Amino acid sequence: MQFMIIFKETTAEVARRDDPAAAPAYWGAWQAYVGALHGSGIVVSGNALQAPRSATHVRVAGGKRQVQDGPFADTHEHLGGYFIVETASLDVALEWAARAPCASAGSVEVRPVLPPPSNAPA
Amino acid sequence: MSEGAAAAAERVARDSYGRLVARLAWQWRDLAAAEDALSDAFAAALRHWPEQGVPDAPEAWLAAAAQRRLLHHARHTRLTQDPRVTALLDEAEPEAPERQAVPDARLQLMFVCAHPAIATHVHAPLMLQAVLGLDAKVIASAFLVSPAAMAQRLVRGKAKIREAGLRFEAPEDRELPARLAAVLEAVYAAYTLGRHTLDSPAGDLRDEALFLARLTAQLLPAQAEAWGLLALLLHAEARRAAQFDAAGRFVPLSAQDPNAWNDELIREAEAALWTAARLSQPGPFQIEAAIQSAHAQRRTTGQTPWSAIAQLYGVLVQHHGVTLGARVGQAVALAEAGEPAAAVALLDAWPGEADGYAPYWVARAHVLGLAGASGRQAALQRAIGLTDDPRLRDFLVAQLD
Repeated sequence: MQFMIIFKETTAEVARRDDPAAAPAYWGAWQAYVGALHGSGIVVSGNALQAPRSATHVRVAGGKRQVQDGPFADTHEHLGGYFIVETASLDVALEWAARAPCASAGSVEVRPVLPPPSNAPA
Repeated sequence: MSEGAAAAAERVARDSYGRLVARLAWQWRDLAAAEDALSDAFAAALRHWPEQGVPDAPEAWLAAAAQRRLLHHARHTRLTQDPRVTALLDEAEPEAPERQAVPDARLQLMFVCAHPAIATHVHAPLMLQAVLGLDAKVIASAFLVSPAAMAQRLVRGKAKIREAGLRFEAPEDRELPARLAAVLEAVYAAYTLGRHTLDSPAGDLRDEALFLARLTAQLLPAQAEAWGLLALLLHAEARRAAQFDAAGRFVPLSAQDPNAWNDELIREAEAALWTAARLSQPGPFQIEAAIQSAHAQRRTTGQTPWSAIAQLYGVLVQHHGVTLGARVGQAVALAEAGEPAAAVALLDAWPGEADGYAPYWVARAHVLGLAGASGRQAALQRAIGLTDDPRLRDFLVAQLD
């Protein structure tokens, strides 16, 4: 089964990326985690994302376009990255989710990938 | 609602839940029905006690209420044909039994939960729910399983008990050691996973596991391994507060101040280990407890007897099945006892299954460091990536060069 592991970081956690005192531990933990995850052989694909401030939001409301830089002001958890993994069960995916550095500073969402409809054109 | 009544209900729930479920499940041969009836009885208590006052024998009140519930349910099912039930139906409103009349059937219930017919990974969750009444959601968090999946596993386990007609009786003498081992394994699993449920409404799962270990030893005092497990858990419990410093940082065993260990718990652990030793039935939990007892010696002698510890791990590995944990412990003890090369060789012999086991990589980094060999940094990286404890992760990250 394929699952998406979605990393959500708090604003304070994201700020550690740029804090000279906290950055080495922040990146050290992520680098080790991603290394171990790749080493496990279950990774299908995945990416870390640049800081939320680099985002651009597009919304069409009532036929009018709104384009905004950065995250919405009321967002407390930011998408930091994701992996698609292939595992035998949800249990294994949860095990890896719990190991993510942001599991204790934010949250990690695990969701099964929706298989393509069987009548989809080849 | 009056706070007194709610507090009384909560106290009775904690003290007698397991006894009541066990007794009802034993009478009715149906664990799931017993749990449902008892939860209805608790709901009724929360409605009635604030108005009518807490009864003199709350446990008996709950037992009678749950019994009525089960009888009521039985009237509408095939059980009505059962002469055992119809006999009971004649006195469907039995007077509340004396408190002493409630038999302690918790042990039988634990044996049923750890029955070989039930999948091993369901033993501990089933026991925590059946004997202690823990919520499936709390159990799911401890075992890192989705709550829906855990609920399903528990339901399936109970269905198995009902369908297979597993008898709510203590196993016969000849099968006792094997069955007891499964019970003790489940209690041990509950304790080791307990550290993950810090915010659960059930309090700490470690307290619940310790309660079960005490109960098992008290109810089966002639079984050395039951005392061995109790001693092991008490030693671990004695160091619980010393594992983290005032700032919440992880402190490894070797760096812990022995004065921060709980003296009373250590004494209780040593007494349990003595009780076990006098029974002359060696077993893996007693050896694990002896290892922890050796670590506790540092409190009086200032020294850790690493050679003795390495030997004890050797016995564990040789005679009681090779577990990765014991191998890792043996390697660390060997390295600390001055044989780092032998320790590295031991760890090298287990690359495959150790891949996803964080303690293996923590030990490997430590042993390679002591041996002055290369590869420490890579092992540390792997350990950091595999740990799910943020405090241990911070500690390991700080060790990176």
